[in-house]
Amino acid sequence: MIHSFKFQNRNVLLDVESGAIHTVDDAAFAVVNALERGLDPYAAGVDAETVSEVLADLEELKSSGAFETETPTAPEILGGSAIKSMCLHVAHDCNLRCRYCFAATGDFHGERMLMSYETGKRALDFLMERSGTRQHLEVDLFGGEPLMNWDVCKQLVAYGRELEKKFNKIIHFTITTNCVALDDEKIDFINREMHNVVISLDGRKEIHDALRPTVNGKGSFDIILNNAKKLVAGRGNKEYYIRGTFTRENLDFLEDVKALTGFGFDQVSIEPAVLPDDSPYSLLPEHIERINAEYDALADYYIEARKSHDTWFNFFHFMFDPDGGPCLRKRINGCGAGTEYVAVTPEGDIYPCHQFVGMQGYKLGTLDNRALRTDLQEAFLGCNVCTKGTCRNCWAKYYCSGGCMANAVLYGGALETPHEISCKLMQKRIECAIGIYLSER
Amino acid sequence: MKHIETVQKPCIKAGKNTACGECQASCQSACKTSCTVANQKCAKEEK
Repeated sequence: MIHSFKFQNRNVLLDVESGAIHTVDDAAFAVVNALERGLDPYAAGVDAETVSEVLADLEELKSSGAFETETPTAPEILGGSAIKSMCLHVAHDCNLRCRYCFAATGDFHGERMLMSYETGKRALDFLMERSGTRQHLEVDLFGGEPLMNWDVCKQLVAYGRELEKKFNKIIHFTITTNCVALDDEKIDFINREMHNVVISLDGRKEIHDALRPTVNGKGSFDIILNNAKKLVAGRGNKEYYIRGTFTRENLDFLEDVKALTGFGFDQVSIEPAVLPDDSPYSLLPEHIERINAEYDALADYYIEARKSHDTWFNFFHFMFDPDGGPCLRKRINGCGAGTEYVAVTPEGDIYPCHQFVGMQGYKLGTLDNRALRTDLQEAFLGCNVCTKGTCRNCWAKYYCSGGCMANAVLYGGALETPHEISCKLMQKRIECAIGIYLSER
Repeated sequence: MKHIETVQKPCIKAGKNTACGECQASCQSACKTSCTVANQKCAKEEK
């Protein structure tokens, strides 16, 4: 399968099954496009001699295994499937009331509550039991807002460090926080113990304050920005991301990226909100063209900004390292929800991921009985880019790996039916990422 | 080749030394919603 697209002034061909990338002149682009549509290449508006040259080039590429390659087969995961990643819902409560919150402003449509240390300990024990031969494990302290249960966060990290020694594992703790309740003590701890920090901040003050108010309805921007700056200033070389969200209210989200980088942040991620169509903030099919144009503008801005040390920044969805990227098995299996990745609620219920929490029929098990529903796990394991009809024939399959399964269920109606708008935006971001890679090499 | 330049050789790794399972779960990295897998790092390459 070949995907052809234009990025800035380049004609790009991606050989989907091998990952090979070629740039071509206008004549070759026209010929390949004709071939891909099943049309006569000699009727592509290119003179016959040139068409013949292009066809010879394509044959040469094909024989070198870099064009129209066959679908490869991937080895199974070493040691079989094991849980290596856990989203620990230490707080089903939040000090913000974000308009687009997927977690129903922190309570996940349930009772507002905090996880006890005992439940958290049992969750970490469960991770050890189920992690098989995996040495690298991940635990994300999540909510709601995890800082609302700070003492338990600290206790769980300390317990995790004990387990590392006992079981010869390495736990990468991360925290996803809105920073409202940060103070110097928390910043020191986070910067010492957390492998990564994901900070929720949307960009421009007026956008952020309109969508991320406090419980009392006041803006949260000023306090978050101040705390986030302090936190990031102490990170050193450790990872962090400023993670914003865009909705139909800020389709000009490049301005939010500019705002974030203007505050001095150099690790930025702006995500499209995924909401029911009737939400006043949802992204709809009629917004796609506008969003794609914004991604193009962001890509242009990004390339220029990264030419200078002073303005360099990293945008999560434009990261693309063809040689250092994941293997085919990872690309096929995707996010690992329900098999490699689980979420644990304050009550001790286990779900395939944080987005599934509270969804009827998707509870995998509990920490009490420690057994997981194998039928559900098999359904998740069997749902990948090789088995899903929409994904199997999609050029972006090895880059997005099938998308978010919770969004597939919520908005596509089934695990096997990816959320269509998310697919289109993902495809656009991947084109930009490849184009940026070509520009920067 | 006159009309085509290969800028990236085949790079999707599928050999017997792959699928170690040690890499980061993609949703844990930054987005928590719209995962991209291609921007994840291979744990072996990272070492």
